[in-house]
Amino acid sequence: MKSDLQLYDYWPYAKRPKIVWPGGAKVAFWVAPNIEYYEINPPLNPKRSPWARPHPDVVPVATRDHGNRVGHWRMMEVMDKYKVRGSISLSVGLIEHHPEIIKECVDRNWEFFSHGIYNTRYSYEMDEAQERAIIEDSIETVLKATGQRIVGYLAPALTHTERTIDLLAEYGFLYTCDLFQDDQPQPINVNKGRLISMPYSLEINDIIVYNSYLATPRRYGQMIKDQFDQLMKEGEESGTVMCIPLHAYAVGQAHRMQAFEEALEYITKQPGVWVTTAREIAEYYYENYYDTCQADILARKAG
Amino acid sequence: MTLPKEYLEYPLRRYGYDHDLYDWSILFKRKPVEWPNGAKMAVWITTELEFFGLDQPAKPFKAPGGMVTPYPDLRHFTTRDYGNRVGIQRIWTALDKHKIKSSAVVNSRVAERYPYLVKTLNERGDEIIAGGVDMSSLHYGGMDDAVEATQTKTAVDTLRKLSGQKVRGWLSPAKSESFNTLKHLAANGIDYVCDWSSDDMPFEMRAPGGGKIIAMPHSPEISDRKIIIDNKHSEDEFVEQIQDQFTYLAKEANRFGGRIFSLALVPYISGLHYRVKYLNQALDWLMSQKGIWVATGSEILDVWKKQQ
Repeated sequence: MKSDLQLYDYWPYAKRPKIVWPGGAKVAFWVAPNIEYYEINPPLNPKRSPWARPHPDVVPVATRDHGNRVGHWRMMEVMDKYKVRGSISLSVGLIEHHPEIIKECVDRNWEFFSHGIYNTRYSYEMDEAQERAIIEDSIETVLKATGQRIVGYLAPALTHTERTIDLLAEYGFLYTCDLFQDDQPQPINVNKGRLISMPYSLEINDIIVYNSYLATPRRYGQMIKDQFDQLMKEGEESGTVMCIPLHAYAVGQAHRMQAFEEALEYITKQPGVWVTTAREIAEYYYENYYDTCQADILARKAG
Repeated sequence: MTLPKEYLEYPLRRYGYDHDLYDWSILFKRKPVEWPNGAKMAVWITTELEFFGLDQPAKPFKAPGGMVTPYPDLRHFTTRDYGNRVGIQRIWTALDKHKIKSSAVVNSRVAERYPYLVKTLNERGDEIIAGGVDMSSLHYGGMDDAVEATQTKTAVDTLRKLSGQKVRGWLSPAKSESFNTLKHLAANGIDYVCDWSSDDMPFEMRAPGGGKIIAMPHSPEISDRKIIIDNKHSEDEFVEQIQDQFTYLAKEANRFGGRIFSLALVPYISGLHYRVKYLNQALDWLMSQKGIWVATGSEILDVWKKQQ
């Protein structure tokens, strides 16, 4: 084990190059529905058990299924209402299981990125060939089903190896959602090619808020608004990124929908927000700011 | 280290599910359901009458609400028993104010130990749902099939004998099942199961080896155990989430057909002195809503089934 994989350099938040998003926007806002499949009886990984109880662990399995049967459709309708296109963190296996969901998202021109094959198969202990197989399976399967070549990644259940990030750059991915060190994108140190970290969130993520912080639905709505207000203020100095990661099985429960809708309405009606997808943020960043930011990081490192 | 090659094989990566317990179906693509008298919302209120023994084993885990301290854990034994004595009486009083018939999930050992509860449920016209033998007798993956067969039959037979009711519904202790549980439920003539929260409406399940069972949407979310104990929300927030759940589903019902509002109550939680006031508030609000049909699990099941 190493104390630091040196994936990125320390980069103070103050006095960075000024980022201005399209249309003069201060916050690039994106929503990441995690569309996931959890197997009822998956093989075991030596480092992590998929379920707390012996299989079948009925309540959590069924609750996650509720997300696909019920919650997804509520979430998608609210996103349509406020003209938010999703950037989907996809369990690629779901393409076969629930093609109806995939079709609706393709029809809406939502972006797909890979969240592994199943959220019950972890990267821990994979050798390089196995990890490559997951990435290649993701690229090929999503391309075939949607016509999109994926450019983003969030490791399945956030399980990584030391080589995950390098592999993404090698396969031509534009961004990783696996790193949480910042509220702006940052060039990542990779062996070959280029990669940026895309601000995702383990704070305003519905699973963290509901299952770890045990928040009420209305508190979640307020947290979303508060985060947005802060990033908007800081975005004056240099544009920020806000992502709301969602899971239909959490946010799509009937008693939670109203508070979420109010938060989405609050954000999308503000001037100065760019409502977009992760891919569009990444492409704009590479085009306009990657080199400037990389130069700033290196200059500050050199002192 | 490396993982065995099976870890990257997916024999059940196919249309639908990686199991055959039920079919994949999207709630909003189904035929609308109509409740009696043009009601939009079926209101299904359940209580849980459970027996937690002092000798509760941790095999393979302890049911939530069970013993915590070293033996004899009198504090948890008696606080749970409080629910079966005082708490349930307060909940019944709250329900009686609005003449609400409820459905009680009962461990068969509760029926044996406290005949008063069964007698009162029958007098109230409440439905008894089998809740297994007791909170020590879990159903779980990998358990001995013969033991599970005996546990299921004992619970159902005892409840039928002591109550005289048909006992058509089942809720497993801790909502835990093995892959064979549905088979045993079908063998004992159970019509519906409350463990599977995959949907907001009933859906058909396949019992392994044959037989059909309907999954009823007993809410794991809108329950005092989840909101007050697990999430540690206040009583006000419990009431608020009940209202938000109902309001959202009622709006959906206007567009997609009848919905079910399920409220799951545990007597040692909602039946506490400082809490029952909020249950009363919630029920007062609920019963003032238009287009509701208060029903038991079996009543909802039968109306739903006729329209499939």
